[in-house]
Amino acid sequence: MKIKKGIVKTLYHIFVIAFGLAMVYPVLWMISGSFKDNSEILRGSLALIPRAVKTSNYATGWKGFSKITFATFFKNSFLITAVATFGTVISSSLVAYSLSRIRFRGRGLWFTCMLATMMLPGQVIMIPSFLIWYRLGLANSYVPLILPYFCGQAFFIYQMMQFMAGIPRELDEAATIDGCSKYGIYSHIILPLLKPSIVTTVIIQFYWKWDDYMGPLLYLSKPASYTVSLAIKMFADAASKTDYGAMFAMSTLSLVPVFLIFLFFNRYLVEGIGTSGLKG
Amino acid sequence: MITEKRRSGLKNFMNRNETVGYVFAFPFIFGFICFSLIPILTSFYYAFTDFSMGSKTVEFVGGRNFGQLFTDEIFTKSLGITLKYVFISVPMKLTFALLVAFLLTRKTRLQVLYRSLYYVPSLVGGSIAVALVWKQLFARKGLINSILTQAGLSSINWFGDRKLALYPLILMSVWQFGSSMIIFAAGLKEIPSTYYEAARIDGANGMQSFFRITLPCLSPIILYNLVMQTIQAFMAFTQAFVITAGGPDNGTMMYALYVYNQAFKYNNMGYACAMSWFMLAVMSVITVVIFRTSKFWVFSEAGD
Repeated sequence: MKIKKGIVKTLYHIFVIAFGLAMVYPVLWMISGSFKDNSEILRGSLALIPRAVKTSNYATGWKGFSKITFATFFKNSFLITAVATFGTVISSSLVAYSLSRIRFRGRGLWFTCMLATMMLPGQVIMIPSFLIWYRLGLANSYVPLILPYFCGQAFFIYQMMQFMAGIPRELDEAATIDGCSKYGIYSHIILPLLKPSIVTTVIIQFYWKWDDYMGPLLYLSKPASYTVSLAIKMFADAASKTDYGAMFAMSTLSLVPVFLIFLFFNRYLVEGIGTSGLKG
Repeated sequence: MITEKRRSGLKNFMNRNETVGYVFAFPFIFGFICFSLIPILTSFYYAFTDFSMGSKTVEFVGGRNFGQLFTDEIFTKSLGITLKYVFISVPMKLTFALLVAFLLTRKTRLQVLYRSLYYVPSLVGGSIAVALVWKQLFARKGLINSILTQAGLSSINWFGDRKLALYPLILMSVWQFGSSMIIFAAGLKEIPSTYYEAARIDGANGMQSFFRITLPCLSPIILYNLVMQTIQAFMAFTQAFVITAGGPDNGTMMYALYVYNQAFKYNNMGYACAMSWFMLAVMSVITVVIFRTSKFWVFSEAGD
């Protein structure tokens, strides 16, 4: 009986690992491709270990296009992602506080509006939004990619509201008795206790923004202002032959921040998605 | 005296619930009006005009844009393709996510590691990098074809055949089952183990307890995932844009891609707005249908 259990257990682990590796195979293949020669990639070899390790892909890829290196693209991506994520956290926590803690007239209406924006497909407002930014003369800037994130993101507002529901109201009451205003309750009590929810927001928003392709595609037209995702696509668009090695090298580099965050904050991410049911 | 009174009046005003509420909610209200409401209303207006960028005059054309939808062959084709994409990829993705989540409920020290491993595709799947890898995997001489030929089968020209080109895209969406899986896993943890014990005592086998206990208990979460993934699948854009650019012969012209092309490639802004409104209508109908039918299959504990 014991032996049988052991065998079942071992088989289970072997199956789960083998299947899991098959799932991540494309990603591993991309990483190994970043060290391969173009001809080896094009032959469609299954091997994960390159025949001859070619690190020069990283150097050629990094050079970028027409004298703009990937240093610029990474800097642009980091700037947009960091500022937008910062804006999301601040604004979403403010809005979540008002909707979950303050009883004011119109609260129900704004809550409904928030839920509605959560379900609204972005494509419906994509074109008029673009035209509005265009009229304002801001279509070729980072403003459309950043400013809306300072107005609260429905998904995160909702998630933070759920988290705030778990913070005992007695804390607010005690603070009020001690002479703390509603503004003070937000900054001294709610915000510090909200930390786990904030971490989840930072991670997920970072991912969405870092991977975002459509936004930069619509609003950025000068190569010097391109994000990493737009720049990587340029490898495939090149009029001459695509340099697959360089493309995979830069693709791999673009995923490094994603993996680093996942490695360090894995727990927060898994819990955050699990409890709030965020899409991903 | 007077200034002090006034100051306390201001203080009172600032601390009224109405004031505090609107001060804190201001970012959302501002954003909602500027970045959602105004664009929605503008889009609705444009849908009835021949608006295009750079043109001086905007003419009201009534329902012409909407009428044009049904004579536009590419439009009807893209609608069909998108529906096919949604109806194949979403059920497959959810089934897969549920099975993997169920597989990973077994308590081992490696559970966290396993879950992370299976989450990796979702983690990176939205990025342009992976879309380009996918394109290469299904290329004429790509990895998938070399597996096929090694298995003694003939290689397939995935992106050269308009009937086949959609399947690599569907597969890519199914492959990113990670977030649905995590949501299912959280739900599975909530099912009391006493249910399973009771079933075992009554002589139920694994299959029976899966279909009679696990599925009904998970049904609210299945509903949630179904709605969210359906909406997301309707909006799929990046994969089609990067991998196939809608080709060959418009075989992967996803709805969102066609809207984008009409707006930004052909500068038919009015027509594109009409298309996005039509998409919103289709999505709303499908969402309502899902919710309506949900009462037949979603098991709620509040009920009997």
